[in-house]
Amino acid sequence: MSRRLARGLSTVSLLLAIATLVSACGLVGWPWDTPMTTVRPKSDFGRLTHDLFMLISWWTLGIFIVVEAGLVYVCWRFRDRPGAPIPTQVHGHTALEIGWTVAFAVILLIIGIPTIRIIFKTQEAPAASLDPLRIDVAGRQWWWEFNYPALKISTANEVHVPAGRVVDFHLNAPDVIHSFWTPQLGGKRDVVPRRVNRLTMTPDTPGEYPGQCAEYCGESHANMRFRVVVHAKDDFDRWVAAQLAPPVEPEGELAQQGKSLFTQLPCVGCHAIRGLSGGAIGPDLTHFGSRRTLASAILPNTAPNLERWLVNPELIKPGVLMPNLGLSHDQAKALTAYLLSLK
Amino acid sequence: MATHAAFMPGVGSAEAQTGLWSWITTVDHKRIGILYGTSAFIFFLIGGIEALIMRLQLAVPDNTLVGAQRFNELFTMHGTTMVFLAIMPLSAAFFNYMVPLMIGARDVAFPRLNSLSYWIFLAGALFLHASFLVGAVPDAGWFGYANLTSPQFAPGHHIDFWMLGLQILGIASMLAGFNFIVTIINMRAPGMTLMRMPVFIWMTLVVQFLVVLAFPAITVALILLMFDRFFGTMFYVPAGGGDPLLWQHLFWIFGHPEVYILILPAMGIVSEVLPTFARKPLFGAPVVIYSGIMIGFFGFGVWSHHMFSVGLGPVADSAFSIATMLIAVPTGVKILNWIGTLWGGTVRFTAALYFSLGFIAMFTMGGLSGVMHAAPPVDLQQTDTYFVVAHFHYVLFGGSIFGLFSGMYYWWPKMFGRMLDERLGHVHFWLMLIGFNLTFFPMHYLGLIGMPRRIYTYAPDLGWNFWNLVATIGSFVIALSIAVFIANVWKTHRSGAVAGPDPWDGRTLEWAIPSPPPVYNFAAIPTVHGRDELWLQKHGDGHGGAPSPRPPVPRAEDIAAIHMPPPSYWPIVLAIAMTVMLAGLLISYTQVVVGGLATLYCMYRFAMEYHRPAAEAHS
Amino acid sequence: MSGPAAGGHGAVAVAPHDPNIGTTGLDNRKLGMWIFLGSDCMFFGALIGTYLAYKGKSLSGPGPHDVFNIPLTSLSAAVLLASSLFMVLALHDIQRNDIKHGARWLLATALFGLWFVGNQVYEFAEFVIYYDLKLWTSLFGSSFFVLTGFHGAHVTGGVIWLLLLWRLAKRGLLDARDATKVEIAGLYWHFVDIVWIAIFTVIYLIP
Repeated sequence: MSRRLARGLSTVSLLLAIATLVSACGLVGWPWDTPMTTVRPKSDFGRLTHDLFMLISWWTLGIFIVVEAGLVYVCWRFRDRPGAPIPTQVHGHTALEIGWTVAFAVILLIIGIPTIRIIFKTQEAPAASLDPLRIDVAGRQWWWEFNYPALKISTANEVHVPAGRVVDFHLNAPDVIHSFWTPQLGGKRDVVPRRVNRLTMTPDTPGEYPGQCAEYCGESHANMRFRVVVHAKDDFDRWVAAQLAPPVEPEGELAQQGKSLFTQLPCVGCHAIRGLSGGAIGPDLTHFGSRRTLASAILPNTAPNLERWLVNPELIKPGVLMPNLGLSHDQAKALTAYLLSLK
Repeated sequence: MATHAAFMPGVGSAEAQTGLWSWITTVDHKRIGILYGTSAFIFFLIGGIEALIMRLQLAVPDNTLVGAQRFNELFTMHGTTMVFLAIMPLSAAFFNYMVPLMIGARDVAFPRLNSLSYWIFLAGALFLHASFLVGAVPDAGWFGYANLTSPQFAPGHHIDFWMLGLQILGIASMLAGFNFIVTIINMRAPGMTLMRMPVFIWMTLVVQFLVVLAFPAITVALILLMFDRFFGTMFYVPAGGGDPLLWQHLFWIFGHPEVYILILPAMGIVSEVLPTFARKPLFGAPVVIYSGIMIGFFGFGVWSHHMFSVGLGPVADSAFSIATMLIAVPTGVKILNWIGTLWGGTVRFTAALYFSLGFIAMFTMGGLSGVMHAAPPVDLQQTDTYFVVAHFHYVLFGGSIFGLFSGMYYWWPKMFGRMLDERLGHVHFWLMLIGFNLTFFPMHYLGLIGMPRRIYTYAPDLGWNFWNLVATIGSFVIALSIAVFIANVWKTHRSGAVAGPDPWDGRTLEWAIPSPPPVYNFAAIPTVHGRDELWLQKHGDGHGGAPSPRPPVPRAEDIAAIHMPPPSYWPIVLAIAMTVMLAGLLISYTQVVVGGLATLYCMYRFAMEYHRPAAEAHS
Repeated sequence: MSGPAAGGHGAVAVAPHDPNIGTTGLDNRKLGMWIFLGSDCMFFGALIGTYLAYKGKSLSGPGPHDVFNIPLTSLSAAVLLASSLFMVLALHDIQRNDIKHGARWLLATALFGLWFVGNQVYEFAEFVIYYDLKLWTSLFGSSFFVLTGFHGAHVTGGVIWLLLLWRLAKRGLLDARDATKVEIAGLYWHFVDIVWIAIFTVIYLIP
């Protein structure tokens, strides 16, 4: 019986070892360069975090290997054999206990000191001399509002920043708790009612980085996504200039029809288009056509998607506050033409 | 004292009790243990089915198997069920059944209170699940963060069911806590000093202290929420000046000790199983005990590590980070002591031992990933992602559930007199180990490449598709392993080998008595000389000392004279009255008042049940 | 239940002593009450913590020192302290099997407890009617009423408990053998008293 078990054990240990090896190799081979990866940082903040993560990872991996290998070895070495006598009744070993307690404490010290250093470093308020770009972020059920107080720009679900400049996000939630997170640019920070949290970082690589709300915030929490677009300096200035321009006058009959629909329908109660309406419940649409996505970055901003969204928002984002206005097919088409023209 | 007049004379009549009524009115700790175990296992299956549905939904991107609302309900109920209705009561099943046996007592200190705890627990669990019947399933997560739970954002009764259900369950846990602390401190057999208590008993004691000290915090948190929802206060409502973070503080002051409430029983079980099957005493037992106490103590000082992303400032972050890392020291020491226990032993690879080994291997991983997010900057990348989901499943499934299954294979013969099938047990173990790792290991990776928790859907272009599918397949392998366990139980009860009193060559007192034990447990209360009392009786200390004296064989008339407490229906009646009162908050205040008066009356009858009758007065 | 100390080896034919007394020599019920009180400390600790966290954070409505009637609550504190003294006397008499006097002191304790509750009802009514401070008026109103209300509920529970003991004594169902039961009620009563001292100091006296 025990021999059979021992054989079983050895087979299994072998399998386990192979499995561990395969998954370890696999880990290295797994694609880490995905759109929301946390381990390919693109900002100073992300890099600091990542260095700490790697430091802790190596130490914990070392402990992991020692403990698991020790466990397998002990089980193999001291397996029961037929006729084995009762083992010596050892109760403990004081020096060993002190030894490994101290060893753990030392490892934690090695991890703990840089941890504290990085906590303070990443939470410093940016010096005014660095000319930080302040962006006020409002997390709402279930979309993101971005305001640039110095530039007087308001946009939604797509925040544009220049590379190489300190960005100072001021986070606030008008309704419930959310969490602002762009994995490639660094860690998250909760967006809490009656509180202004700050998240400071200097993105260094132009690109488009997906982000997402990371604190459960109700029915469509999964659909509360956004994009951070990091520009080279000149591109950013161009984007700012475009956003500051007044809304484009629609060309073509359909788009003009859409504009008058927009003003007649309840749209104006919630949405602002500079010079046309002042609604403040939903996103500012002044330059809606310039955005790459719609409905808090769930869908690409294309005409068919926008039509579907306008006809039945609930179908795309469950629980959404934007009502189904019962638009006819033609009305939706006209509105779509108008909104997409707002470059 | 005249009180014994109320006790059941002799034990024959108690043993003859069968049928539903005897289970409803039982005050026998062993039967209550079985009740806890059975109910908890059923809820474990329900929570597991909820998990399988979630895994199916997440198997592929943009899936539409269940909608957003349903998915949110599923993860809320999965978490709540597994924490409060599966792991805690499964642990309670072992506390109930094993604690008196292992300390050489005939029952717990307050047998009727024990029964009351169980019935209140069941009432709370059923109340929570009644939400399915009325279509108002809780949907704010098991952590129910304010102000998402305030009336403005959570209309309807979803949150009410959760809030009141947890209140009821909390009462049950606290009553059991008082009972077991008194039992362990005050009901030990002669000679069983604190340091001679088995380590499982020690861990139980620590857990019960955590329960009685931590549950008041969530009780208060829930009471404030109740006032917000029912009586118009603004404790968590920002518009009224309230701070939603107050909830987080109160919840995690409870919630972190709760984590240890879930894991320490499993640690206790492993600390019993390893010595038995290595045939050696637990290595460094006092260190393991002190480590358990330290873990419990520090558990109250680390709650804010659940709130690193909230923005508490660098000083608070640093303090809670260091405190959290400190907990890794006693935890690591425990793991090394378990390995030290195996060292030099003759290790018998039974199913029970395999599950304990699985516990050590998997819990180590969960512990180490925990060290990663003990560092706040790293936590900012990992919190609320699947990395954390992986972490706590390695701790609560790889840890608690593996440990609890180890306990089932180990103590099943004692509880039911028959051996669980070893071969099926091994199949169960390997399937579960493989399924578990297939499900949860990829979640580390998913978290690191940015998959957030609690999302019912995800886009197909984020690189998350393949490993989500793998995790879903893994979850069904786990389900298969549970089916093997159920088959094992069925087979065992039809044709399992008869166990006898001591099938494993056990070390502690529960193996000194028949399997299953008689109502009175010990015909003669033993005298204890060491932590491994039974081993000392059988083999001596192994260093030339004489074996401990065995207790004398009891005479039939001694057994006939043992008094056990009689059954009582007041516990279940009181539990029902209390639930009616609290449920009244959803229905009508008349019901609250009627239920409240009934509760008071039942408490009175409960208290007076053993009070001597009038005839005996003026003696 | 049969305490393990009931007999080392062999017979437990006649229970030699109270089955409530355990290995440590302590009474199970008394030990249980102490642990309950420890737990209840956490309960009131969390409520007092909530009150302090919200101190001065109310958006509107009267503040604590606009409404507090310190002479009245001082009287309440004195009444409750006196009731604790009566409780001690009640226990003393019952331990001596002087049931007649013991019952009298039990009643006195309960009545002083009622006096305290009456004061609280008056205080609450004054806040609501004269100062328009209701449960939902402000954070102060909410945290004050919930904290002191739960304390009042504890006192009320204690009063009911004491009245039941008093009734038992009057019916001849309580004597020196039940001193532990009275003692446990006393532990609870003194605890509730101490909590009031804490509340009175932290909430009423500290500005």
